[in-house]
Amino acid sequence: MHFTDADLTAIWLTLKLATCVTALLLLVGTPIAWWLASTRSRWKSPVSAIVALPIVLPPSVLGFYLLVFMGNNGPLGQLTQALGLGVLPFTFGGLVIASVVYSLPFVVQPIQNAIEAFGQRPLEVAATLRAGPWDRFFSVVLPQARPGLLTASVLGFAHTVGEFGVVLMIGGNIPGETQVVSVQIYDHVEALDYAGAHGLSLLMVVFSFLVLLVLYAFNPRAVLGTGGK
Amino acid sequence: MNANDNAILARLQLDYPQFTLDVDLGLPGTGVTALFGHSGSGKTSLLRCIAGLERAGTGELRFKGETWQSGRQFVPPHRRPIGYVFQEASLFSHLSARGNLDYAVKRAPRKVERPVAFDQAVQLLGIERLLERRPDQLSGGERQRVAIARALLIQPRLLLMDEPLAALDMPRKLEILPYLEGLKRELDLPIIYVSHAPDEVARLADYLVAMEDGKAVATGTLEETLSRLDFPLHLGEEAGVVLEGLVAERDREWRLARVVFDGGEVWLRDSGHAVHSEVRVRILARDISLAKERQAESSIVNALPATIVEIITDEHAGLALVRLQVKDERSGDSSFLVSRVTRRSAHLLGLHEGMPIWAQIKSVAVI
Repeated sequence: MHFTDADLTAIWLTLKLATCVTALLLLVGTPIAWWLASTRSRWKSPVSAIVALPIVLPPSVLGFYLLVFMGNNGPLGQLTQALGLGVLPFTFGGLVIASVVYSLPFVVQPIQNAIEAFGQRPLEVAATLRAGPWDRFFSVVLPQARPGLLTASVLGFAHTVGEFGVVLMIGGNIPGETQVVSVQIYDHVEALDYAGAHGLSLLMVVFSFLVLLVLYAFNPRAVLGTGGK
Repeated sequence: MNANDNAILARLQLDYPQFTLDVDLGLPGTGVTALFGHSGSGKTSLLRCIAGLERAGTGELRFKGETWQSGRQFVPPHRRPIGYVFQEASLFSHLSARGNLDYAVKRAPRKVERPVAFDQAVQLLGIERLLERRPDQLSGGERQRVAIARALLIQPRLLLMDEPLAALDMPRKLEILPYLEGLKRELDLPIIYVSHAPDEVARLADYLVAMEDGKAVATGTLEETLSRLDFPLHLGEEAGVVLEGLVAERDREWRLARVVFDGGEVWLRDSGHAVHSEVRVRILARDISLAKERQAESSIVNALPATIVEIITDEHAGLALVRLQVKDERSGDSSFLVSRVTRRSAHLLGLHEGMPIWAQIKSVAVI
């Protein structure tokens, strides 16, 4: 089995995308998870539902609205143009944003569950030990939620590597820019290059298996899509 | 009464669907104040309001001239100079015992009048050998001792303890009680102590707030409240008084000690306390019988001349509670005792208020 230069570019791009997305997801997802775990606000249910939408929506629907949102006339598109950044669809940046939205529930839910599992008590203890809200977040929430954060990272990374529909809608098929492994496989099949498709597909199968193996070894109760509940 | 008597002013309300807390209290700024009551009486809620952990509470809270809560003003818990010991083990599971103590040391205010040193706290709670262990390698009692040391190292000006012994079995409880007494003796730190156990309260408390249905139904010094016949909480077999006394003499031959208290003295088993040391003795109501005349030939060592102050029918209609005053005529010092006798005996003896009587004490214990 050998990979073409285009294959290697796609593999590298996929890893780069998944790494960026995972880092961003942890930054965005952790505060959302904390808020969802500790709030009694009436906005909790609507926000939970919105975060979970990507689990049930077809990627084409999500991709379509993201395309509109980031496009020439979309609110984000208007903003990026005003900032002189052009429009995001069919760029690596656009792909990153779309992937973050797409994989958000897979990161928020494990972290939220971890925080809910240790409950309010450690936070109350920290408060009586003169730790303010930020201090509590860094000295209690993050260390206590570590298993959840680990699960979240693995799931976020793997899910981004495995996406296809949203990439196709948002990124298209530009080598080195938006052509990730899953799209490259599709190209190989379209070109009837089954050997090429097989090489990359097998790589994906092995990669996914290893990721899940590691995940279940460290956290036997993790369940995909429900984030470890 | 002095300025210290109302160092802590708590006028607090809390409204939950199933439960209402409504108190208006002035608590002393020294010693141990026990919030005492059955479960569900609101004592923990009150403690959480004082700590600022219960945001739903409304009203006013002042501590030694500082306002912690008033109207819309609310000082969050991490800005209140408190230490808090929770009922169940509350150590951070991701830190060792030492890590838990350091967590407090790092966050303690720098300018403190008489700070509790790390070594002092460790020694007071006897946890020198436990420092490198993780919480899951400690027994329940050990975890609670580390948690108490941690609460001291935040350098609190008020220590709040929520039934710190309730989750422990009797041997563990007896293991920790001496540490709490040591803490009380060696640190000049006001403590509010929530408990439903009369024996803990008798040993530790100086001031008592009895809680029932979210209200404070009796407040006062321990000696005064426990000798009240209308004490609203039904203590049953645990009813009785607590007296502060001084060891005056130790009889080596019979292994007895004479303890003098205001208005009287008792002989009791020598429990090793040195002469002149302060001790607390507890005399249960069921252990005091009454006699019109001093019984010469009796196994009862302690018989005190007393005056009947008040008689009421006890919870059980067959029993009567009698409040007695023992008084030293020369100094004028006096204390109160409570005796439980059958109503039949009270009738046969013709007990009435103002009547002189001999209080025969069957059993008295240093606590």
